[in-house]
Amino acid sequence: MTLIGWAQIALVLAAVLAAAIPLGRYIAAVAEGRIRWLRPVEALFFRAGGIDPSAEQGWRTYAIAMLAVNALGFLLLYLILRLQGMLPLNPRGLDGLSPWLAFNTAVSFVSNTNWQAYSGEVAMSYLSQMAGLTVQNFLSASTGVALALAVSRAFARGGIRSLGNFWADFIRITLYVLLPLSVVVGLVFVALGMPQTFADYVTATTLEGGEQLIPLGPAAFQVAIKHLGTNGGGFFGVNALHPFEGPSALATAIQIWSQAVIPFSLCIAFGHLVQDARQGRTLLAVMLGFVVVAAAAIYAAEAAGTPVMASLGVDLAQGNMEGKDVRFGLALAALFTATTTGASCGAVNAMFSSFTPLGGMVPLFLIQLGEVLPGGVGSGLYGMLIFALLAVFIAGLMVGRTPEYLGKKVQAREIKLAMLAVLVLPATILGFTAVSMALPLATASLAHAGPHGLTEMLYAFTSAAGNNGSAFGGLTADTAWLNTTLGMAMLLGRFAYVVPVMAIAGSLAAKVKTPEGNGTLPTHGPLFAGLLAGVILILGGLQFLPSLALGPLAEHFVMLAGKTF
Amino acid sequence: MTGILRPAATTVSLFTVLLGLAAPAAMTGIAGAVFPSQAGGSLIERDGAIVGSALIGQAFSAPGYFHPRPSAAGEGYDAAAGAASQQGPISARLVEAVRERVGTAGSRPVPADAVTASGSGLDPHVSPDNAARQVARVAAARGLPEARVLTLLQNHTEGRELGLLGDPRVNILQLNLALDALR
Repeated sequence: MTLIGWAQIALVLAAVLAAAIPLGRYIAAVAEGRIRWLRPVEALFFRAGGIDPSAEQGWRTYAIAMLAVNALGFLLLYLILRLQGMLPLNPRGLDGLSPWLAFNTAVSFVSNTNWQAYSGEVAMSYLSQMAGLTVQNFLSASTGVALALAVSRAFARGGIRSLGNFWADFIRITLYVLLPLSVVVGLVFVALGMPQTFADYVTATTLEGGEQLIPLGPAAFQVAIKHLGTNGGGFFGVNALHPFEGPSALATAIQIWSQAVIPFSLCIAFGHLVQDARQGRTLLAVMLGFVVVAAAAIYAAEAAGTPVMASLGVDLAQGNMEGKDVRFGLALAALFTATTTGASCGAVNAMFSSFTPLGGMVPLFLIQLGEVLPGGVGSGLYGMLIFALLAVFIAGLMVGRTPEYLGKKVQAREIKLAMLAVLVLPATILGFTAVSMALPLATASLAHAGPHGLTEMLYAFTSAAGNNGSAFGGLTADTAWLNTTLGMAMLLGRFAYVVPVMAIAGSLAAKVKTPEGNGTLPTHGPLFAGLLAGVILILGGLQFLPSLALGPLAEHFVMLAGKTF
Repeated sequence: MTGILRPAATTVSLFTVLLGLAAPAAMTGIAGAVFPSQAGGSLIERDGAIVGSALIGQAFSAPGYFHPRPSAAGEGYDAAAGAASQQGPISARLVEAVRERVGTAGSRPVPADAVTASGSGLDPHVSPDNAARQVARVAAARGLPEARVLTLLQNHTEGRELGLLGDPRVNILQLNLALDALR
C-alpha cells in the first residue's frame, strides 16, 4: 500500500460524488418530466406506442408493463443469438449460439446481470454485440431506474394508488440519461484506445515472425453503457482487463466512475423526489462507507501478497500480481473490484480467482449483502429502501412504536413482503450451490479442489442471483446444467425480488403521510445510518457466514499453514 | 392486453434501431473521423506491414529482446484468446509454475510481475524493475553497450498517468521496436 495508491482511490471517489449530486438532481427532473430537450424523439416513441405519458399506473400495471418489455427484449435477444450465423455484420462468420448458451446469455443481459458463459471475440458477431447485447445493456438499466423511481414516488406521495407511468419513465431515462452519457463516455474511451470499428480482425506479423490475430469491433460504445448501466458484460472475454477494453489506468478510473455514479446519484434523486435531501444523503453515506471499507480491505490484502510467493523468492513489493495487469496498479484494481461488486456491475479489471483468499472474499461478500452498496442502477436504491424499511421496523420493535419511514406507517404486509424479497437471495444462492456441489455433473466444472472449488461454485450462484455477473474464474460455466440453473438464479434474483418490492410500493403509496412527531425516529443522520448498516450486515450477511467459513476463510488458514491443493 | 403489448413492442423495436444500430454506427463514424488510429485498434506498422497493436502485448523469447510477463492466453499472447491462469492462491499448479519461472529469472527476490501470469494474458507492460533486470542480457545479445540499452529503457519508462493514476511501466513491444530501430 502506498500513499499515492490511497490518493488514487480518494480522487476517483471524489469525482464520483462531485458528479452524483448534479446528476441526481437532473434524474429527479427527468422523472418529473421537466427535461424535454429530446422532445421530438420522445414524442415519436409515445405516438408509435400509443402511450399517454401522463396516464398514472398502479403497481400492478407498472410491473406488468416492465415485465412485458423485458420478456420481449429476452425473446428478441434470444433470436438474434440463435440466428447469428444468418445475420449481417458477422465478419468472422460465427455460428449461432447453442440453445442453452443463448438462453443463459439472453436472461443474463435482460436481468442486468451480464454473466457471460462465452467469450465475446470468439462467440459474438458485431450485430449480436450491438443490436442484441448493447440494447439490453441500456434497457435493463432503464428498467432498474424506472422501478426505483416508482418506489421513490410511493414515499413521496400520500393517499394515491399510482406510481407514475412506466413507459414515460423507461423511455425518458434511456433518452435523457443513459444515451447521452454513453455517447460522451464512449468517445472518451475511443480517445483512450478502445476500438470502435466495423472492420474485421487484423492479423499482425510479430517482431519475432509469429502471427497474432487482433480482434476488433464496435467496442467503445458498448463498454460505456456496460459500466454506466452497471451491466458489466465485456465486449471481450477478459472484460476490462483486455487492453482494448481497459487500455490505461485513466480508462479504468473512468470505468470505476461510470459504474458508481448513477447508483449514487439515484440516492440524491430520491432525496429530491421525497423533498428531503437528508434522506438521500443518509442512504448514500451508508453505501459509500461500505465501498470505502471494502476497497481498503481488498487493497490491503492484495498489497500484502501471499506467504507462498515470498517463500518461492518472489518480491512482495508489487503485491499479488497473478491475474493482474501492470498498467492499473493495485489501488485502482481494489477500488474497481469494490465498486463492480458493490454496484452490481460485474466488470473486472483483475481476476478474483487469483486474489488472496481474504481479498477474494470481499467481492463475494459485497454481492451477498444484497447488491445495495451502492447496488445496480435503480436496483441498488430500491434494495436499500427495503433494508431501510426493515431497519425502522426493527427500531420500532425495540422502542414499542409503530415504525414509520418518511411518514408512511410500515405494517405487517410491507414487512412480510420485504422479508420475502430479502430471502430470495440466500435461498437461491445457497440452494443452488448446495445442489450443485452434490452433483458430479456440476462439480466437473470446477477448476480447483478444496475450499477454492467451493468458492468458485458459491461465487457463480452469488453473482447470478445478485445480478452481478462477475465471474470468480476457473469454473467451466458453459454446460447445460450451469447455463440453466444460473439462468434461473438470475431470473429469481431480478424478477422474484422486484415483484414484492413493487407490491410494497403500491401499498405504501396508498397510505396517508403522517406528520412527523416527537416520537418519530429520524431516518437521517449517523444514528439511522449505523442502524441501517447493522441491518444490512446482519440480515444480508449473516446467513452466508457458514459458506464463507468453508470457502475463502478455510482457504486463508490452509494458506497460512503452508499447504497447497 | 393490447394496452401493454403495443407500447412494449414499439419501444423494444425503436430502441433496437436507435441504440443497437443508429447510435453505434454514428459512434463508429465519429470515432473513425476524430480518432482513426485508436478506433482501429492502435495498430503499429513497420515497413508497410502491421507488426501489432501498441496496446496489446506479444510474445518475445529471443535474448536480444525484452521479454513480457508470462501469459495464459492460448499458447501465450494469443490476442484473440485473452485469458488468465485463474489459478487460486494456494493452487499447487500455480506454485509449480512460479517456482519454475523464479528458477530461471536470476537473482532473488524476483519482481512479482516477472513470474506471474497477467489477468488479460495480453499485458503489454512490465514493471521498470523487471525490465531493468533484462538490460544486461539484451545488451550482450545485441553487442550493444549496456548504458545505451539502459538509456533506451529509461526513455521508454512511462510514469503514472496524469502524474497520479496507475503504476510506472514499460511497454515491451514499443521498447523492442525502438531496439530494432537502433544502429
